[in-house]
Amino acid sequence: MFKKAFEKLKAGLSKTRKNFLGKLGDLIRGHTTIDDDLMEEIEELLISADVGVHATMTIIDRLQNRIKIDKIKDPSLVEGLLKAEIAALMGEGSYELDLSAVKPYVIMVVGVNGVGKTTTIGKIAARLKQEGKHVILAAGDTFRAAAIDQLEIWADRAGAQIVRSQPEADPAAVAFDAVDAALARNADVVLIDTAGRLHTKVNLMKELEKIKRVVQKRLPAAPHEILLVLDATTGQNAIQQAKLFNQVVDISGLVLTKLDGTAKGGIVIAIKDELNIPVKLIGVGEQVEDIQDFDPHDFVEALFA
Amino acid sequence: MFEDLSNKLESVFKQLRGQGKLTEKNIKDGLRDVRRALLESDVNYKVAKDFIKRVEERAVGEEVLRSLKPGEYVVRYVHEELINLLGGKFQDIQVAPQPPTIVMVCGLQGSGKTTLCGKFARYFRKKGKHPFLIAGDIYRPAAIHQLQVIGKQLDIPVFSIEGEKDAVTICRKGLAEAKRLGHDFVIIDTAGRLQIDEAMMAEVERIKHEIQPTEIVFVADAMIGQEAVNVAKAFHDRLAFDSVALTKMDGDARGGAALSIRAVTGKPIKYIGVGEKMDALEPFNPEGMASRILGMGDVLALIDKVQSEVDLEKAKKMEEKILKQTFTLEDFLEQLQEIRKLGPLDQLLKMVPGADKMMKGASMDERELSRVEAIIRSMTPQERRHPRIIKGSRRKRIAKGSGTTVREVNRLLEDFRQMQKMMKKMGAMQRKGKALGKMMNMKIR
Repeated sequence: MFKKAFEKLKAGLSKTRKNFLGKLGDLIRGHTTIDDDLMEEIEELLISADVGVHATMTIIDRLQNRIKIDKIKDPSLVEGLLKAEIAALMGEGSYELDLSAVKPYVIMVVGVNGVGKTTTIGKIAARLKQEGKHVILAAGDTFRAAAIDQLEIWADRAGAQIVRSQPEADPAAVAFDAVDAALARNADVVLIDTAGRLHTKVNLMKELEKIKRVVQKRLPAAPHEILLVLDATTGQNAIQQAKLFNQVVDISGLVLTKLDGTAKGGIVIAIKDELNIPVKLIGVGEQVEDIQDFDPHDFVEALFA
Repeated sequence: MFEDLSNKLESVFKQLRGQGKLTEKNIKDGLRDVRRALLESDVNYKVAKDFIKRVEERAVGEEVLRSLKPGEYVVRYVHEELINLLGGKFQDIQVAPQPPTIVMVCGLQGSGKTTLCGKFARYFRKKGKHPFLIAGDIYRPAAIHQLQVIGKQLDIPVFSIEGEKDAVTICRKGLAEAKRLGHDFVIIDTAGRLQIDEAMMAEVERIKHEIQPTEIVFVADAMIGQEAVNVAKAFHDRLAFDSVALTKMDGDARGGAALSIRAVTGKPIKYIGVGEKMDALEPFNPEGMASRILGMGDVLALIDKVQSEVDLEKAKKMEEKILKQTFTLEDFLEQLQEIRKLGPLDQLLKMVPGADKMMKGASMDERELSRVEAIIRSMTPQERRHPRIIKGSRRKRIAKGSGTTVREVNRLLEDFRQMQKMMKKMGAMQRKGKALGKMMNMKIR
């Protein structure tokens, strides 16, 4: 999908890089031997990036193993090894959305409150529109005050069509209508917005399941993509979020938002390791163009480049 | 892999409890687990490290070594230190000596500022204030409209200027309007901003300078990770905010960030958001939170709730009925309503020690209760008193009337029968117990 320039991505990640590299470089230069102190400092670095205790331990165990097997003595080599271990955890492969396969391609966007779902949809819509696609948005957040208006403004900016209903209407019906409209109007993509919900609210999670089920009544193969939006500032709770949303609707990928701040979003390493859910897109700002493809290699490179 | 901090610490201290004496080594072992638990709850790395050091210094003492149950000492120390770190007794939002009191709300994008503004407005109106909302978020699409919708729901005025590009102007004019209309409690919603966004930070600084708020509240999402420290510190450096509100506490995030923010800014957490509805706001309770973190459950809060909401007279009558075995479906309905008055079930259970763990996996479906209520309400008073008379056609009618199925009606009746059986046994035991007690008393005399 987004094969354009990665200016913003680089700008976004460069902050991450500066923070991480600066510390990592300083840290390694401060050691003449590979010892427990060095390992503890690397541990602190990873935990401070929200990688989490479990994934951090995994990374450090693997790192120490490699050091032992290869009989490495020079601390300056540790940086490369660390990078390699994280890359291995993140896995290889391309995560581009393949829109050419089906029409309409239905993308449903879910997540807890305040992570940036509506903004993400607006940005995806704008990019797809630029690529000449016919995009329809489904205003499925019928709960939060003014959420429909927020999406409508984004639809205007992006030049996308919107299917909306009254506040407090059934979101499943809105989603159904949007897919129906897409079929009738021969649209390329449907983006379904949903209300933010905490993953612990059983009823709200059931509602999500229902939206998916109802969409499938109109188009059995849909949604072709269910994206979970994660705020990069979120800590360990993100694993819980991924786990529970995945149980209910089978998440196909993550969107990591707010990477333009200083948050590192290290939790996606743990999520990939534990649940094997890849990051597909990243959000790096509030402007229309501030969304980019996620490349695991770039991500790791950016952390240590 | 992820369990909450309370579960973690519970198991850690269970290990400690099993050991006879507290040695330097097993303190270290135990505390390493405590540290890990803190980190998994998103307590900042350095904050956790300091915390552990403090506890360790206190725990490795002769006094502890002499004690019989060393593990419990550590539990107490950890608990005390947590309370210390979270701050002492509850403090409310400051009131301006000269009205209006001006509360400014700030924080990152998506932390829940606009919702919190609505909750504050509702909460302080209940306390006799006359709130007035100012919509200062001119950036996020429809943010102003969101606050207007909330204001309309609550019937509280919302000030905004269509098309105005300067948030400072909106706030200044809004404040003048509030004063003109005689409102004594002004709440200013500001746009979400990154702490490294220089232009945006300068803007909120200008608002502060212009408006001179009585209290600046920093809003943080309970799910925030290690970044909490950097974000809170940066906001504090720029604005010297007065207090913190933690939102989305109704989720399963343990909110370790609360400790971190408190540690780096020294400012108290005053309120927590516990749901999307406008009444889902609670005063922060450091003891309760520390207890909850340690797996002791927020019993204090539960007792408070029960005392304020439950009719004690009714409860006493209910108890008598149970003992006399005259408990009917009517009574059951009444009791159900008493329980529901306390709030959502899953939140109640969280306050009970151990219940969280026990109920893990079991879904607490609020709608299930609504269905039970509907079924009982579809019965005639006679049926409620004598469920035995409910046969086939009555069951059908009840199912129809309550929008449920005959199967659900059957299940409720069966459950009730089981409950009556149990109560019979309980009643019998209680009577025996009393009789036994009397005999014992006689003997002692």
